[in-house]
Amino acid sequence: MALSRQQMAMRVARELRDGYYVNLGIGIPTLVANYIPAGMEVMLQSENGLLGMGPFPTAEQLDADLINAGKQTVTAIAGASIFSSAESFAMIRGGHVDLTVLGAFEVDVQGNIASWMIPGKLVKGMGGAMDLVAGADNIIVTMTHASKNGASKLLPKCTLPLTGAGCIHKVVTDLAYMEISEGKFWLKERAPGVSVDEIASKTAGEMVVPEVVEEMGF
Amino acid sequence: MAGFNKVVTTYAEALAGLHDGMTLIAGGFGLCGIPEGCIARIREMGVRDLTVVSNNCGVDDFGLGLLLEGRQIKKMVSSYVGENALFEQQFLSGELEVELTPQGTLAEKLRAGGAGIPAFYTATGYGTPVGEGKEMREFNGRKYILEEAITGDFAIVKGWKADRYGNVIYRHTAQNFNPMAATAGRITVVEVEEIVAPGTLDPSTIHTPGIYVNRLIQGKFEKRIEQRTITQD
Repeated sequence: MALSRQQMAMRVARELRDGYYVNLGIGIPTLVANYIPAGMEVMLQSENGLLGMGPFPTAEQLDADLINAGKQTVTAIAGASIFSSAESFAMIRGGHVDLTVLGAFEVDVQGNIASWMIPGKLVKGMGGAMDLVAGADNIIVTMTHASKNGASKLLPKCTLPLTGAGCIHKVVTDLAYMEISEGKFWLKERAPGVSVDEIASKTAGEMVVPEVVEEMGF
Repeated sequence: MAGFNKVVTTYAEALAGLHDGMTLIAGGFGLCGIPEGCIARIREMGVRDLTVVSNNCGVDDFGLGLLLEGRQIKKMVSSYVGENALFEQQFLSGELEVELTPQGTLAEKLRAGGAGIPAFYTATGYGTPVGEGKEMREFNGRKYILEEAITGDFAIVKGWKADRYGNVIYRHTAQNFNPMAATAGRITVVEVEEIVAPGTLDPSTIHTPGIYVNRLIQGKFEKRIEQRTITQD
């Protein structure tokens, strides 16, 4: 069966390491914060200028001056720091963030990502996504493997305007975990009960399938 | 106004000299840390054809949305303009021009503008529509695009506390774009929650040194919350 949003976040959380600084995008990436393994210390970076983001506040803690990049009210953990947007993107662009997790509309075999603009639809803006993908070495894209009408989102070449070029190497979808290198998708793991054939039928870009494809356990 | 006393008592004084067609830089992220009093005054002044540089454009009836309501903005330079129906309407009708700029590039354009650096190379936006038509250069095998700095005729900034010298500190994530905006205005107007006596603020904790600030005013703030998210305990 395809992974739920929670399971996708759980799979991404397995890529966390003790001492990581992590930026989580809006949507499924945000859920990753709920699955940080016990005993592991991870600092969440929010690109509006907060390193050490905590959970949502209680009604008593609520503070209009403390929000995340999704404009939601949050808290700061003990050990947090707060800084300007220029400082925040210096961290991001300078490659100091250990892991970035974000959603996308499409990725392709060259590691290109399209996540911000659908021609003909109203464009709201890229926010910090272009800076995040340009600055990070370790990025995980989370998205459904195919659109609702069955069209693959893992393509030979992105059809939508790009957010970044050649920057994506890891993708967690509802069907599989894939890596991208040498102009190919490399199937690494499949969702429980999902066949390699199903994954192959929903992957438009060239995909390399190893002899044994491990099934994810939850 | 004498010597290093940057304090003005009315928003009319604070924004004197702002005219049609000027470029206005505004601090803030969403509705967090926005110069509410300056925006309200500019709405009242009715100046038009402004180019406004700000990460976002407020919501329909608050923040920079008020200037959209007054049809005072000709062009917006922003990274994300999502939460605003008026914006959508004016953009689609061609009344409003928009230059979408990656958030980090926008912050750096302002920082550079205030620091006397006319342009810089960044990998952000290379290979995307943002990079189209811009000079490209390779450093150490990686491709970068040239982005130009931004300065403004006026910058409007929201601080937490300041002294009459214009030394400013910000509170929590209400800091955001405000420190860069403060450096990039030919005339920088800062509104704060509290003006304190000189010496009250620890010099080593000042975020914006007074040299960047021309006019300082104590304001009152609604601090509207855009997304009220609460933990049930």
